[in-house]
Formats: sequence, structure tokens, C-alpha cells
Amino acid sequence: MGLTLRLAWRNLWRHPRRTWLTTGAMIFSNVILVFMISMQVGIYQMMIDNSLRASTGHLQVQAEGYSEKQKIRQTVPDVERLAADLKAGLGLDAVAPRASTFALASSADRSFGIQIMGVDPEAETRVSSLPGLVDEGRFLESLDAREIVIGTVLARNLKVGVGDELTLMGSGRDGSFAAAIATVVGILDAGNSEMNRSLAEVPLAFFQDTFAMGSAGHSVVMLAPDLFQVSALESRVRALLPAGGDLVALDWDELMPGLKQAIQADIASAAFMYLVLIVLVAFSVLNTQLMSVLERTREFGVVMSLGVSPGRLGRLILLEAVLMGLVGLVVGVAIGGALVVWFSIHGLSFPGLEEMAGQFNLPDRIYMQVTATGLFFGPTIVLLASVLASLYPMTRLHWLEPVEAMRAA
Amino acid sequence: MRGSLRVTLRLAWRNLWRNYRRTLIMLAAVVVGVWAMIFMTALMRGMVDDMVKDGIRTLPGHVQVHHPSFQDDPSVANSLDPPTDTLLEVLDRPEVVAWASRIKVPAVVSSERNTRGVVLVGIDPERERDLSFVAGDMAEGRFLEGPEDQGLVVGRRLLERLETDLGKRVVVMSQDRENEIADRGFRVVGVYDSRLQAQEEGFIFAGRATVQRLLQMDDQVSEIAVLGLDYRNVDGLRDRVAAAAGPGVAVQAWPELEPYLGSMLPMMDGFVLVWIVVVFLALAFGLVNTLVMAVFERVREIGLMLALGMTPGHIRSQIVAESTFLLALGLLVGDVLAWLTIRPLEKGIDLSIVGEGLEMFGAASVLYPAFRWEDVVLANVIVLVLGFLASLSPAIRASRYEPVEALTKV
Repeated sequence: MGLTLRLAWRNLWRHPRRTWLTTGAMIFSNVILVFMISMQVGIYQMMIDNSLRASTGHLQVQAEGYSEKQKIRQTVPDVERLAADLKAGLGLDAVAPRASTFALASSADRSFGIQIMGVDPEAETRVSSLPGLVDEGRFLESLDAREIVIGTVLARNLKVGVGDELTLMGSGRDGSFAAAIATVVGILDAGNSEMNRSLAEVPLAFFQDTFAMGSAGHSVVMLAPDLFQVSALESRVRALLPAGGDLVALDWDELMPGLKQAIQADIASAAFMYLVLIVLVAFSVLNTQLMSVLERTREFGVVMSLGVSPGRLGRLILLEAVLMGLVGLVVGVAIGGALVVWFSIHGLSFPGLEEMAGQFNLPDRIYMQVTATGLFFGPTIVLLASVLASLYPMTRLHWLEPVEAMRAA
Repeated sequence: MRGSLRVTLRLAWRNLWRNYRRTLIMLAAVVVGVWAMIFMTALMRGMVDDMVKDGIRTLPGHVQVHHPSFQDDPSVANSLDPPTDTLLEVLDRPEVVAWASRIKVPAVVSSERNTRGVVLVGIDPERERDLSFVAGDMAEGRFLEGPEDQGLVVGRRLLERLETDLGKRVVVMSQDRENEIADRGFRVVGVYDSRLQAQEEGFIFAGRATVQRLLQMDDQVSEIAVLGLDYRNVDGLRDRVAAAAGPGVAVQAWPELEPYLGSMLPMMDGFVLVWIVVVFLALAFGLVNTLVMAVFERVREIGLMLALGMTPGHIRSQIVAESTFLLALGLLVGDVLAWLTIRPLEKGIDLSIVGEGLEMFGAASVLYPAFRWEDVVLANVIVLVLGFLASLSPAIRASRYEPVEALTKV
């Protein structure tokens, strides 16, 4: 093997220009793949993280059917107890009870229909990013204060500031008329105009009191330590739910189906583009290897008549392709990795990103993440494709007749 | 001179096919590259065009006139007088395809079972037909019949959320000019299906005069929407409308009203260019490689030709011509292939498995690829021009051989 390896390496540099042009194609694609895939991994994680932390969490326990109909009657009974039980049973800190309903919020001059959420201020800080996004004033503090925090656009639309009062009107769980007055204590900037337009949170006990909920709520929200532990957590939650009830555990994909699909759609279109690049590199390798086999016909004829098997020559060709691929991989990953590291520190921005960021809960600079997937996934496929591409030139060796080959021009 | 050009071209063409395997492989790479350039561009263009067009149909219009404070505070208090004669004169010109004035206020709609926050739009149904999505998307019942119509048109999804039905009554509540709550019962007379679910849930439509009476706003309106000829080119229309509308109102074109959609078109143009160039570069390595090999194996021949008196210029143009033939052939086949694959897809590609995800981008779940000649020309020109540049280096090398040295090279 040592001899074949040395032969392969030397053969590569018989035509340094050709070899560099072929590896150049690999390096070029590898750099692009490393850069793009790292960027995608970074964007997707931020999209998921930011969206889920701002709204649904990773996992929720709800009454069956609540996620489609969102009726105030579809409740989780004794929601705080359930949250406490889950917290103890799972050994997980990030568990919070919530309730939610539609109400009319009126200030002195304006009224808007909004979705109001009742939260446990202390637990909420552990599952949601919103308590940390207070732009003015403060987040909710006690469980039963008559206080409300709202999004920046809603505050502007309602023409209220910190310290003003809002009247909330809606219907209670039993269908009765519900009304309350709450003081605006904080204004939140969630970085997304849609959320800033609709966001309104009040303390859970105040919510239950106002909307005749008793001790019930609408969901228990949980945040797993990371995305990969969600499904394990989900089955543990299922086991802990009281038997015979109509409660269900839903993961983030079920709660926010758009998010995963948006990512899938993006991956599909990116995959098409990567595939094209890889096919083009494969053609380049195929061409080089075919030429290098054809021009060595006489040489191969000589060594074959000396007793070298076509199989061994085939391995030589394959090894040449692998070596070329490895050079492409190492250099490509090095250059691509350097770019990724640079952008993971300094961030990346391009025209249109800011507008897109608003739509997908992203910051307006992208900080890439250095991950093994991002660095090696693309280049490995390029390497495999190059090896595959040298299979056709290899088969030509088996048709080679030593004597004829030696006579070839 | 003409004769020598013919010789150069014929030599280049024949040289191309001396090593037909290599040429065919390179040709295949060019075809795949060109096909991918045009195909991908058509898909992305189609998606963005639809997003923008859907957005304009929802917005709707290319240019809108509002009270200056309406964007920050969309309430009845920030209303406009109906179009003046000067404005009407501009609106009646042929460059305006359609225009409508309408009321647009936040409202709350309640059925016996449920309550939702929506945007109440008071419209002149006749004017709206050419302008917004709703008239074309009616699924059940009837569309509004005039500004005095007493009925209400709602989206299917809202109807489900409210757990009510066509023909049933709902209560619509909003604020009037005096900031008092105004409410009124409406019968649901029509249901529309929209390509975007958020629309179906968010907009309800009633007659303009009916809404004006409910909100005590006399003949005032919230906005005037104007549809021009081309959504890509709206600045001129905006300026003329702004001049005619006079001071004290805000006149904005759709890219300012919807910055996300507005950013999509230039971003798409950038993407198309980057994509074409990247694919070309991936091809260029192979192209240069092929030419280098072709020159290398012909060193002796080139030396002979030089020794026989062919000028280095001839050699150069021969190599460049060889490369151009290869690219032109690849472009031709790639273009045709792209056209053949896009045509059957123009009826629409169903992407509803990721429909809710596409909706996050603002796109509908059926994708209509847009085959645009500008993009095809762009791709072809880029490939030919950059291809020419890429072939220069091997061509110049070939022309610099010393005849005697080249002749004796093994």
C-alpha cells in the first residue's frame, strides 16, 4: 500500500497545473459549502431559539384541541399545581403556567382587540426571552398585581406609556362579561413588529380572577436544555400527565408548524444549489482522471505486462482521486473555517437582511457558528463525489489489453 | 483576413472534437451548470414575484395615500378627505389601472361563541374588483354589491374561529370619531378563501358608506390605493400622485409600506447574479483545465504551426474560439433544457407539505416558476464574457511557445 500511495501522490504532481485546477474546483466549492452551511446552521438555530423563546417554548401541555380552536373553555385544570408537579417530576427548572384569551384593551382614546396572556412572572423569566426585552419600565413582578406589559407598537397604537391605565374587556370562561383595569408597568420590544403589535401579558392570578378561570390555565410551557432533548423530554412529560385526562403534550413543531417547514423549504432549495456545485466538481474530477488514464495507456500497458493487475492499477487511480479530494478538503475546510470564525466574531450583514430579520425573529447581524456539521458535511460529500467520479475512468483499465496498450500512440 | 478567420474557426471546431470524450464531459458540465442557473433562477423569481404580487393584492395597490399619522396610529381619527379634483385628474389617467378609496380600522368581531380582533375594511365593491384579492377569491355566498351594502364578507378561517356560518349574524365593534365604541350587527353574506391564511383570519369587508355611517366619519376615508401598470416601477406614479394630493398627506409606494417585501426584489436580483457567477466559477476550473490539457498535448503541433508562419495571434484566437464553441454549445443545450423543464412546471408546483413554512416567508404553497428572458440573457452573457476571460490565460500561454523548443518537446 505504501508503494501505491507514493505512486499515486507522485502521479498527481506530474501535471501540477491540472491537479491544482481540479483541486481548485474542489476548494472553491468546499469554501462555499462550509460558509453557506455554517451560516444556515447559525440562522436556523437563531430562528428556532428566538421564536420559541419568545412564544411557544419547546413543549407545552394543553387541553386536547386547544391548539386549533383556542377556546377559553379548553382549560388545563389547576395549572399551577401541574406546573409544579412537572417541575419536580422532570427536575427541570424552565416550566411555566400560562393562560390566554382574547380581549378588548382600551386606553383613554383608543381600543384594540388583542390576545392577552396570563403568566407567572417568576417562572416566565425561565422559559421566555420576553421578560428580558423590556424597553421601558419593568416586567411583571407579583402574581396577582393589576398590572400589564405590552409591546411597543401596541403601546403606540393605544397611545399609552408606563403608568397609564388600560381597561380590559372580554368574556370569562363561563361566558360571563369580564372587565378589569390594569396599569401599564412595562413596554416590551420583541424585535418583531408582529409581536410588538399584539403582545400583552398580565399576572396569572389577576388573569384567572378577571376571566373567571378559577385555578385553571391554558398551557404549561417548558423549555428543554437544548433542542435535541425535546423528544426525550416529551415522552417523560407524557408519562407524568394525569391518566384519563384530556391533556396532551405538544412539541414546538406541533405548536408552530410553520417554523420547521420554513427551515425545510430553505434546506431543500439550498440542497439543490449544493448538489449542482458538487456535480460540477465531479465532472471536473471525471475529466481529469479520464485524461490521466488515457494519456498513461502505454505506461499502464507496460506495467500490466510486467504483471501488475488491473485491480491494483484501479486502486492507484482511486487513490489519486482520494488524495486530490483530501487536499481539496483540507484546504477548503481551512479557508472556509477561517471565514466562518471571522464572521462568528464580527457578524455578517447583507442588504435585505434587516427586513428579513424582522420577519423571522432574527438579529440584524448574523453571527455564524463553528460546528462540525457546518465545517465537514459539505466537503465530505464533495470528497465522496470525486471518488465516485473516478469510477468510470477506472473501469476503462479493465478493458486494457497490455500488448495493444503498449502500442498506443 | 476573412479567409484566415474561417480557417481559425474551422481548426478550433475540429480540435474540439479530437478528444471527443473530454469535450463531451466538459459539455455536460456546462449544460448542467447553465440549466441549474436558469432553472433555479426561475424558481426563485417565481416565488418572489408571487410573494410581491400577493402582498400588493393584500396591501393592496402600488401607491397609497394616508393621513400622515395613519401608519403609527391606524384609527378613524387619522382619516382623509375623499380625492380632490386635482387628484382625480391624475387617477383617471391611463397609467392608473385602478384606484379605490377605503376605510381601514382595527375592529373586534364577535359571534355568539367567540371574539376576534380583525381589520375592518369599508370598500366600494366595484372599484375593489380590479385592485384587491377579495373579489376574486370568493368561495361561498356573494361579494358586496355597493358602498351601501349591509352585509359582511369574511375569510373562511375566521368563520371557523368564530364558529359561525354564512347567513348568521356577527357583531362588529370599533371606535368612532369621538373615540366612543360603535357597534353594529352584520349578516355574513360572503366567505373568501385566500392563498395566505393570515389574510383569511385578519380582514373583514363591508360597504364603505355603511362603515362611514357606523363610525360617524361623513365622507372621509382611511386610505386611497392606486394600482399602476408595473409593480417594479412605481416611483414615477408615486411622485405624480404626491404632487396632485398636495401637502398634509403621506403618499407611499409599496416598498416603503412593506419593507420586507420591498427588500425582496433587490435581494433577488443580487441572489440571481451571485448564483450565476458562483456556478460559472465552479465550471471555470474545469474549462480552464480542459483548455490547458488541450494545449499541453498539442505543444508540438503548435510549435509546428508557429514554425510554418502562423502568428501567435492566430494560435490565441484558435484557443479562444475553441473555448467559445464549447460554451456556446453548452449554453444552447442548457437553455433549451431549462426551457423544456420549466414549461411543464409553469402550471404550478404544489409545495403544500411545507405550506405553513412558506407562509412564514410570505409565500403561498403553490410555486409558479417564472421563466424570464432577462435572466436567460444575463446567464448567457455572463458565461460567454467570463468564459472568454478564463480562456485567455491558456491561449496566451499557447501563443508564447518558442517554435523550436515546442517542436522538440516530447
